[in-house]
Amino acid sequence: MQPRRWGIGLAAGVSALALALAPAMVPQVAPTAQAQNAPAKKVLRIGVTQEVDSLNPYIAIYLLSTNILRTNYDYLTVFGQKNMAPEGALAESWETSPDKLTWTFHMRHGVKWSDGQELTAKDPAFTFNTMLTNETARTANGSYVANFESVTATDPYTLVIKTKKPQATMLGLDVPIVPEHVYSKMKDIGGEPPMPLVGSGPFTVTEFKADQFVKMVANKSYWRGAPKVDEVDFIYYKNSDASVQALRNGEVDLVNKLSATQFDVLKNEPNVTLNNAKDRRFNELVINPGATTSSGEAIGNGNPALKDVALRRAIAQAIDTKTLTQKVYGEYALPGDGSYVPPVFSDFHWTPAPAQSHQFNPTAANAALDAAGYKRGSDGIRLDHSGKPLNLRLLTHSEKPQEQQGAPYIRGWLHDIGINVTIQPLSDNKINEATTAGQFDLTYSGWSSSPDPDNILSLQTCSARPNAQGKGGTPDTFMCDKAYDDLYAQQLAEFDRAKRIDIVKQMQSRLYDNAVNVMLYYDDSLEAYRKDKFASFATQPDPGGTITYQQGYWGYYGAVPAGEGGASNASSQDSGSNTGLILGVIGGVVVIAAVAGVVVARRRKSTADERE
Amino acid sequence: MPSPRRGGGTARYLLTKLGGAVISLFMVVVLGFILFRVMPGDPVKTMTRGHPVTNEQLAILEHRYGLDKPKIAQFWDYLVKLLHGDFGDSYQYSRPVGDMILEKLWPTVLLVGTGTILAVALGLWLGTRAAWQRNSVFDKASTGIALAFWSMPTFWLGMILLTAAGGLFPSGGMVYPDTPPDFLSQALDILHHLVLPVITLVAVVYAQYQLVMRSSLLEEMDADYLTTARAKGLRDDLVRRRHAVPNALLPTVTLVFLHLGMVVAGAITVEAVFSWPGLGQMTYNAIGVPDLPVLQGTFIVLAAAVLVMNLIADVLYRFLDPRVRAV
Repeated sequence: MQPRRWGIGLAAGVSALALALAPAMVPQVAPTAQAQNAPAKKVLRIGVTQEVDSLNPYIAIYLLSTNILRTNYDYLTVFGQKNMAPEGALAESWETSPDKLTWTFHMRHGVKWSDGQELTAKDPAFTFNTMLTNETARTANGSYVANFESVTATDPYTLVIKTKKPQATMLGLDVPIVPEHVYSKMKDIGGEPPMPLVGSGPFTVTEFKADQFVKMVANKSYWRGAPKVDEVDFIYYKNSDASVQALRNGEVDLVNKLSATQFDVLKNEPNVTLNNAKDRRFNELVINPGATTSSGEAIGNGNPALKDVALRRAIAQAIDTKTLTQKVYGEYALPGDGSYVPPVFSDFHWTPAPAQSHQFNPTAANAALDAAGYKRGSDGIRLDHSGKPLNLRLLTHSEKPQEQQGAPYIRGWLHDIGINVTIQPLSDNKINEATTAGQFDLTYSGWSSSPDPDNILSLQTCSARPNAQGKGGTPDTFMCDKAYDDLYAQQLAEFDRAKRIDIVKQMQSRLYDNAVNVMLYYDDSLEAYRKDKFASFATQPDPGGTITYQQGYWGYYGAVPAGEGGASNASSQDSGSNTGLILGVIGGVVVIAAVAGVVVARRRKSTADERE
Repeated sequence: MPSPRRGGGTARYLLTKLGGAVISLFMVVVLGFILFRVMPGDPVKTMTRGHPVTNEQLAILEHRYGLDKPKIAQFWDYLVKLLHGDFGDSYQYSRPVGDMILEKLWPTVLLVGTGTILAVALGLWLGTRAAWQRNSVFDKASTGIALAFWSMPTFWLGMILLTAAGGLFPSGGMVYPDTPPDFLSQALDILHHLVLPVITLVAVVYAQYQLVMRSSLLEEMDADYLTTARAKGLRDDLVRRRHAVPNALLPTVTLVFLHLGMVVAGAITVEAVFSWPGLGQMTYNAIGVPDLPVLQGTFIVLAAAVLVMNLIADVLYRFLDPRVRAV
């Protein structure tokens, strides 16, 4: 083969390949999306780094999916925007029977699905009954119906739910209500629902490209009133640095889950507003109190000395959570104050009284260990009751820089009270495996709470422990405390919110006294948006809360485009991105022309050569 | 003179190579099963982490994925399904892995295919020039630059390009959600998104083609047949193009085909920097869970691509280079 022709062949091959493959990837666009393509469309584009596992609310588990579905399908009741207390949504009002086992919900009149059909009590009845009868439909939200006896629509506007035992969390059912007329026709209840989705929330999904984007258009007939923006796009970025770059370029209007560094860099951007929001996550140091299975048999290889509550309390007292938080998060987290429920949920948040507190005090911790008989060896390390030096392993998630930075401080503080700590950074999966099997002494852990703390409270009950095979359960600290479990049952049966809050605080006090975990910090959620595009968003809670990933749809529903000319801003932005496109295309054409020019020139030259 | 056994030799050669490939593929299938089960992590626990679940829900998921069965039974299920051309359903996305791979294959082939072809063309051209003008400023500069790019971390170079492009090119993805659905707009938008990832990919990989081409051409430079060609009065340009380069191309063929096999494997880093929705990214996401059917499926497809390309290289080599046939 002659190299010259070979070169031309290559160039042709490249172009052919690009042209042949491009059409293969042109997405199948739903007809409704085409119809939306009006010039003055106001679009909120959100850069996200999480994935969508499914858009079927029966099986979707991932954070972004549930967030999108929460916006697509309304609920019986929602967590309010201001203070996150439950309030009516599809159900306008409700009452309970004297035996606390029957809940009667009165449905809102005149609510329509996005396809125009009326939403009645038959839809929630279908939603819950499908979950009660079909195992697959319980995949994502089965925990909410585990205590249900029956669900019936007694008339189009009355829904009656009977429970086996009293259940105080009935106003916090995180179950999207699906349209019976769509889902009853699906062959596989675990399959993907047909596009566009039929919804009852402020926005409806019209297009989904895995790992690329999810497009939602405004539900103009939404019962609370039409949203102020026409479309919400969730655009997927594999790395958050790229999503920050996209915000600066104006390709997206809102980004979340920023790191402190990214957040600080964006402080200098003139067109960006920052939102440093209190979040619903707690980060803890778990102290293995002697892991056992659900049937009470010991598992794992935790240091047996940690079974002594006096030792665990001394460890808790030796850790300076304020300094730790300052070192690893700066101003972007609240230091652990002993409360198991994160401070953002102000109703349920609890702090220990001074007499009960074992907050940072190394002198007191040392004195307590001396009193409990942990004598120091010749090297300064204390000995346990069997005479062995106190050596503890501390597991850290190797992917989390905050833990890598923080662990040496914890090691230092524990060394000050005569305990030797070895830091073991492991992958997330490895840590989950080790902690589920009770193979740790100390480990970093953390959970996100819902506005109803029932789920995180249940993590500390005896039944959260795994079975002998290490399966089942959602073990965290392996605590099994009868007094705590009794209180757990009590709060679940207490329908008076104030009284229930009081019981939940007692539970946190009990957990604190057992010192099976140390609350380290509650990290903030860092978000940023383009102020040239959007004037404001509705945060939850208000003030100080997040815009994205709320326990509700307030953030996107309450988005207000900048100024009166939200539309004109949007179109100017469109022309901005078009400029980029045009420049890019011109660049491409110039390159192709140059290549063609070179090829032609060479060809002429070689023809001239031949003539010689 | 053609020997009468020559045809039989070719057939035997092909059969041996093909048989080897089939055995390798079977070993890949077995290895794919074992390898990912040795990895730590409980898919059900990882996926439901942070989501309120009951023990019943965990059991339902275990059962659906077949993880409650003994490993031998799981391996049997996997083999039987595979023989029916079924890679199973993804744990995370509840979709057939085969469909997911097909969906992600084309973006990867478009990105890595374009990148590889451009890198090969650029590398061979620069390598030829550099060797022919050995020790010239061009030789030293182009080799130096190629090595500098070759040693740059892909992630770093990608991020620098992303920042430096200052909004001329998209920060990620393959197409904007608001691009009109007609063919031309979509194709142009995809090309627009393709520019930065392709530049990154080409910059980081072209050096190997340039260096191999340069050294193999240098080996040919003092050969007698080139002196003969010059003695015939051929211009220097023609000597290079018609005589030296075709012979020097042989070692590069192996390299190119080896890398064409890797095209399917994609460039995980480039896909991650530019959020390109390809196979590399899908595999990377699956590892964290671990999403076993996705990992097994991609492992087999990627390994098969390398095997097929190696097979083609072996066969092509036999036809390109008479010396291989003679052995």
